[in-house]
Amino acid sequence: MNVVEFLTHQWWLLVVVVLSVWPLFAQFRSLGTEKVLRTLDRRWIFLLMFWAVLLPIYYIGVTGDTFPEVPSVLSEATFDEIERLNEGDPVLLSFDFDPASGGELIPMATAFTRHVAEKKLKMYFMALWPVGPQMIDESIERVIRSDFPELVYGQDYVNLGFKSGNEGVIKVIVTNFRELYTTDSYGTAVEKIPMMEGIDNIQRMRLIINVSAGYAGTKEWVQYAVTPYPALRLVAGVTGVQAPLFYPYIPRQLHGMLGAIKGAAEYEKLVIDKYGGANPDPKYLEALRRMGPQLVAHLLIIGLIVVANVLYFAEKRRGATR
Amino acid sequence: MKRETAIWALVLILGVVALIGRAAFTETGMGREYVRAVPVPETGATQYETSTYGAYLQATAADQTQTEYQFSLARTVGLWVAAFFTLAVFSFLYGDNPAYKIAEGVLVGVSAAYWMVVGFWTVLVPNLLAKISPSVAQGWATPGLSGPEAEQDLWYLVPLILGVMLLWRLLPKGPWIARWPLAFIIGTTAGLRLIAFLHGDFLAQIRNTIVPLAVIDGGGFDFWLSLQNLLLVAGVLCGLVYFFFSVEHKGVVGKVANVGIWVLMITFGASFGYTVMGRIALLATRLEFLLDDWLWLIDPVQRRSADVALMLVGWF
Repeated sequence: MNVVEFLTHQWWLLVVVVLSVWPLFAQFRSLGTEKVLRTLDRRWIFLLMFWAVLLPIYYIGVTGDTFPEVPSVLSEATFDEIERLNEGDPVLLSFDFDPASGGELIPMATAFTRHVAEKKLKMYFMALWPVGPQMIDESIERVIRSDFPELVYGQDYVNLGFKSGNEGVIKVIVTNFRELYTTDSYGTAVEKIPMMEGIDNIQRMRLIINVSAGYAGTKEWVQYAVTPYPALRLVAGVTGVQAPLFYPYIPRQLHGMLGAIKGAAEYEKLVIDKYGGANPDPKYLEALRRMGPQLVAHLLIIGLIVVANVLYFAEKRRGATR
Repeated sequence: MKRETAIWALVLILGVVALIGRAAFTETGMGREYVRAVPVPETGATQYETSTYGAYLQATAADQTQTEYQFSLARTVGLWVAAFFTLAVFSFLYGDNPAYKIAEGVLVGVSAAYWMVVGFWTVLVPNLLAKISPSVAQGWATPGLSGPEAEQDLWYLVPLILGVMLLWRLLPKGPWIARWPLAFIIGTTAGLRLIAFLHGDFLAQIRNTIVPLAVIDGGGFDFWLSLQNLLLVAGVLCGLVYFFFSVEHKGVVGKVANVGIWVLMITFGASFGYTVMGRIALLATRLEFLLDDWLWLIDPVQRRSADVALMLVGWF
């Protein structure tokens, strides 16, 4: 279904959009563009943003189309860190986030879990956030149980759950895993879990994958794990708010990073290109779908910034002339 | 009645009528949750796993009398409550109102209760009770506790005493007792963080700035990497000069400091851009929830059926 067909079928939506912004158009006609823009009620901007985000979601939801994505160097570095590992290598996945950041981070968690499962690596899930185990369970359900049923809990993957203590947890398990982790998330003793044999600290891991929404998260993994033990390799998927703070750690202390939904979409593209096949499951396209609303909303913001600046300089020039 | 109130009343009435019409008088309906009943042989109980309307349709088409896939009233109520609170929070963008106040109050109350319960089960039980009295913890809360970890460790009485001292400030007499554990907490945290920041940030960042300005890679001069390194070093130096207040920012120092301001502004701009991207992603998630999970207007992951979207197109 192309855009024209979509608009033809969804005429009612266009009517709703036009009706909702009609009073604004009426103001433009009666008072003039400049006067309306100078005294624009911010609620009109909220409404425009609402439509800028909702319409692409609806379009993508109905048509199934996604926007093209070109992976950046950082996403490729993250992808390559997992690609270079061999079957059976142990990988620690720390899901340090909660549903509040799920919009950005769940697509990353899904893509990481799928990539690691495709590579047949041994997955050790843990969390520094109390809701992390639920996020882990969700990823296990969505990816492993549904698409990799041959993987066995305790042999191929384990959910070690949450431990309180934030960076203190990292500080301890980097030298002594059993000091804190005596059972998995479901109360099974770690001695009874086959894949825990020989894992006495996280220095045994070939890679740490961290999905982080804040404290405790990527910064703490850098400070308490990778910096004192440089042999450890770390890649992270982080929220947009945090991403700029982690650039100084790249590439020596942080070996790959996915920043916000854009990073997630790029990584999804890399994983799909390599493992997705011709008709990938839509659940692996979540971030790619969310790039549509990003594009339109960003265009709106850029447009508003340009308009505001034009008004500002026009007023300034008028003031100077007077 | 004011004109604005009348318009909003009309919009709300239209919204409610549309919802009722969609939920009750369309073939697909909206806002329903389904579960899959899975018997647990060990206990004889039934476990309910999250399922989809699509799975329910498939199972019913195969066997009209099946009970494995069921409609879940509890989860459906949860879905509608979530939708109400999402709209209630959005309504604050127009202005403060009772619906937003309810959502805000519920969020604060539920969060406080949630963190109390989490604190009890993830801190007090495993880190204190299981250490001081493993047998009690084993029989009551952590049956999987075994091996050397299940041995009693009376050293954990020390944090228990410190914890009680910390709570002493709630009593009318002797609030100074709470200062001792507080001093311990501040001292250990400061010590732990100081080393981490010195090692992981201060020293490591100096090291990360020592990069070759002319990169020779594979026998040739790598112009772009050299330029990147040059910008990195120049940006750090200019930024540092801006924060160097012992010399007046005039002449060459002033010009370098000005470049430092530009570097800072570009950094803030990048940070703001990333934040905007994050916030739009969060908004998109909530709108996806409303359109997909609640209203069933879209079905991007095909949870209901592959042709739901096309059916909707026809319906409208």
